[in-house]
Amino acid sequence: MERSRRRFLKILGISTLGIGTISSVDLLAMVGKGEEPAYTPEPDALVGKRWALVVDVKKLDEETTQKAIEACNRAHNIPHFEDEEEIKWIWTDEYEHVFPGQEATYLPEEIEKKPFLLLCNHCANPPCVRVCPTQATWQRADGIVMMDQHRCIGCRYCMAGCPFGARSFNWKDAMNTYWKEHEPPNPTYPVRGKGVVEKCTLCAERLAEGKIPACVEAVQDSKAIVFGDLEDPNSEVRQLLREHFAIRRKPELGTSPNVYYIV
Amino acid sequence: MYNKGKIIIGLVIFVVFFTSPFLYGLVKTSPPPEPELSPKAKEAKVCVENTEFMKESHMQLLNNWRDEAVRNGKRLYVATDGKEYVVSLQNTCLGCHNNASKFCDQCHNYAGVTPYCWECHIEPKEKE
Repeated sequence: MERSRRRFLKILGISTLGIGTISSVDLLAMVGKGEEPAYTPEPDALVGKRWALVVDVKKLDEETTQKAIEACNRAHNIPHFEDEEEIKWIWTDEYEHVFPGQEATYLPEEIEKKPFLLLCNHCANPPCVRVCPTQATWQRADGIVMMDQHRCIGCRYCMAGCPFGARSFNWKDAMNTYWKEHEPPNPTYPVRGKGVVEKCTLCAERLAEGKIPACVEAVQDSKAIVFGDLEDPNSEVRQLLREHFAIRRKPELGTSPNVYYIV
Repeated sequence: MYNKGKIIIGLVIFVVFFTSPFLYGLVKTSPPPEPELSPKAKEAKVCVENTEFMKESHMQLLNNWRDEAVRNGKRLYVATDGKEYVVSLQNTCLGCHNNASKFCDQCHNYAGVTPYCWECHIEPKEKE
């Protein structure tokens, strides 16, 4: 048989076409079968576009504040370490430190001395996310600034980036220190290992089951903390913000916090 | 060849020394451990996928579960047979396999792998 260039190119073309068709048929067959396992959100999961909290400071006395903090600590197995080793998702501080740009010389005493309830602001423009080199912290579509402990390398850039001190570093192996001596209060939630940063996740694991955040639930009777979607004009949070003057922490930094305080 | 005897003896010692782990393995074989199913797992009969797949690929499955749940917020797994499972190592996997030391650790120790799951995920208390 004569071996011409023309003949060679013909065979080459036909073979390519053949192989291409076979593999695309295979591919179509695979898609058609639908045998691949699939992942979906749970059916009763709460969905929103921009989750936010509104804290009504007048309704939060010290007792209710402690109740909210306790509920969070229990829900997320937060160990109790002292000083620099402290792990905090939700904590308190005084007005002077909470709203440094909005200080006033003569404040009502109940505001000046009041322990303000603080947590991650789940900023719309989060600096911690910008500086994270591994995308261990990122912003979800619903606005939650989420943490993936599996991916955190413990560089603590996010802690330097966060202007609210909302992040804590695990200096100790909590599983083999604190949780050796104490029973983890929530056996359905993991603890964190040594060398990762942790913070409030706005109870992403609870929202997935259709529950509201633990701190909100703990003070539900007093309505001191309200959870809702800022992008939904009919939501309870939007209603509150329409009716009350609310301030946010350090708005001048442009991070656009999603935790509002009615003072 | 100079110092023929010494060199050959040296070579023999060298070869024996460096192949000793393999030779040891030939002499003493340790059978692979049989992971022990908890009563609850036995009762359920099937895992989220078939046993063969779970034996071979549970690590890849767990990696996918981790990514889908944490990063994509998809916490429901629709298995090949259409059944639905909540994506959770600590609650779904260990909820059934509540004997991690006899089920997980045995094989992991045998294979010499140390997954770091248990540094954070709480193992259920084993009843004696």
